[in-house]
Amino acid sequence: MNGRVLLKGNEAIAYGALEAGLNAYFAYPITPSTETPETLAKEFGNSKYPDFKVFLQAASELEAINMTLGAASTGDLAMTATSSPGFSLKQEGISYAVGMEVPFVIVDVNRGGPGLGNLGVEQSDYLQATRGGGHGGYKLIVLAPNSVQEMLSFPKLAFDLAFKYRNPVLILSDAFLGQLKEDIAPNQSANGHNYDISWATLGMKNGQRHVLNSLHLESDSQEKHERHLYQKYVQMRNEVRFEKMDTDDADIVLVSYGITSRICKSAVKTGRENGLRIGLFRPITLNPFPYSQLSILANQGKKLLVVELNTGEMVEDVMLAANGTTRVEQMNRLGGNVPTVADILAKCKEMI
Amino acid sequence: MMLQSVDEYETKLGVPEGWTRTPTHYCPGCEHGILTRLIATVIEGMGIREKTVMVDSVGCSVLAYEYLNCDHIQAPHGRAPAVMAGVKRTHPELTVFTVQGDGDALAIGLLGTIYAAIRAEPVTVFLYNNSIYGMTGGQMAPTTAVGQVTTTTPYGRDLQKTGNPIDIMKILSQTEGPSYLRRGILAPEPVEAKHGMMYQAKNVLQAKKIIENAFKVQQKGGYSFVEFLGTCNVNWKMTVEESKHFLYDQVAKRYPPGIFRDKLGIEGSPK
Ligand SMILES: Cc1ncc(C[n+]2csc(CCOP(=O)(O)OP(=O)(O)O)c2C)c(N)n1
Ligand code: SF4
Ligand SMILES: [Mg+2]
Repeated sequence: MNGRVLLKGNEAIAYGALEAGLNAYFAYPITPSTETPETLAKEFGNSKYPDFKVFLQAASELEAINMTLGAASTGDLAMTATSSPGFSLKQEGISYAVGMEVPFVIVDVNRGGPGLGNLGVEQSDYLQATRGGGHGGYKLIVLAPNSVQEMLSFPKLAFDLAFKYRNPVLILSDAFLGQLKEDIAPNQSANGHNYDISWATLGMKNGQRHVLNSLHLESDSQEKHERHLYQKYVQMRNEVRFEKMDTDDADIVLVSYGITSRICKSAVKTGRENGLRIGLFRPITLNPFPYSQLSILANQGKKLLVVELNTGEMVEDVMLAANGTTRVEQMNRLGGNVPTVADILAKCKEMI
Repeated sequence: MMLQSVDEYETKLGVPEGWTRTPTHYCPGCEHGILTRLIATVIEGMGIREKTVMVDSVGCSVLAYEYLNCDHIQAPHGRAPAVMAGVKRTHPELTVFTVQGDGDALAIGLLGTIYAAIRAEPVTVFLYNNSIYGMTGGQMAPTTAVGQVTTTTPYGRDLQKTGNPIDIMKILSQTEGPSYLRRGILAPEPVEAKHGMMYQAKNVLQAKKIIENAFKVQQKGGYSFVEFLGTCNVNWKMTVEESKHFLYDQVAKRYPPGIFRDKLGIEGSPK
């Protein structure tokens, strides 16, 4: 893409993946994520993206994630996007991929509530995303964009990290960001990738047999494997990313990610115009969570207000970071409702 | 030919390069071992071992990566067809196949099984139909006969409660996708002979041919699905000999072997 263009977040993710050198995409429609596969279906065969060789609509998210697993096992760049109910179905394949050390990228466009919920924006998949939503106690690197520009640039970052750690990476966006249209700057386009894929199952590559497997029947071998995975999670902590705004002299620091961090930015500006010393701390990686960076602010006695679209999920991580050193308050909306700047400022005044 | 030991067996029959030489965990008298060896021999004979990815399912076939000397991906229970599609679509130059149990392919994985056939993915499925869940200790499978006793049907499978057993050849025959649909028998046939019981290897040798045919179909770009009837003497609670009789006298009557589709004429004129 050249020049500045107006794109929806979900479309930007598609272009970001193509520019990262996406090889294979496996789809199952679900609102509000479907513009991603629709964009990719449209661009399939475009000579601008010679690496993009497979687009396939599966019969379910179970099929889609396992196709992703198969394609990624060959060392190809594979991706699948979905929204909350579909994300639940994908947990099985994600857990296997972690156990097998197969890298790929998943996108979850968070929508409302448990069950079918609704199509409105929520951030209620936070714990599922950051704690390893499937079985077996695993971790994903979780990236939380808050703009269409980041929706464009994060797929490349996600593939870099996925291959670096041989672990799936999740981009956690939401119903608002997915539909949000913004004018964005073009990225570099990529041609092929040079990730290390010496582990890939490509048919005895270099005369060596490759087995991608998550089964270790003997206790010692299973323990060794899980400790090896754990060591990777520890290494991943080096990838922590966050953004700070006006925190130095702040009395209250808003803690928020994704779309609500955008509202918080406006609140900080408006608040400061009205004499309130507010700042913003925005985790960009939800896992690894920027515990130590946030704990510095907590230790300085700044009050923390967690703004999120659920009944209180990231607040658990914020409280871990604060570790009892300061007051942590919450502001939550649900079902597609979002807090306004006025709501946030009213709460801040209450806290002072 | 009477073979006394494993070593002698290997000298007489040769060790296929397709076998890693790891001793198998299969129960004595089970045909999972026969199937593994036949596949090893065929992929070696066809010269495709080094361009093959086997996708392992969940069931007694799960440890195939220990035995078959090629690349492997161990898939979640029932998802081997989807994983195969991911591999084959991105790398059409690879031979991609799986061995699935009847529980894996026909219960938890039925959606994936049918859709791989509908989309005519150019991959190969070898179904090991032993009418039971072997690995988990003998529960009812989609192929368990009405009246058959299993640990979850202790009074016999009840037609009213659980419906009819699945005939996957009939189901897949309804779809246009598959190029090759074949049912064969993996077990040697017990026959009465002058000096007592004997086993005839005819069907086992034919099974080898069928495996080769299935791979040839894949090489020509077609989807091949082979259902092999096998035993599970341990969970059928039978002796090895009884299990072979049961397979031929009961199971093979319900699931008659034959060619159900041969679009490419691999076994003769196209059907
Ligand atoms: C998601 C999931 N559910 C259940 C199981 C337990 N399980 C392992 S093997 C198996 C069925 C095996 O039966 P079959 O596929 O017929 O293979 P066989 O062992 O008979 O060859 C089951 C239910 C599992 N591993 N994963
Ligand atoms: S449990 Fe049954 S199917 Fe499994 S190896 Fe033993 S005899 Fe074979
Ligand atoms: Mg079985």
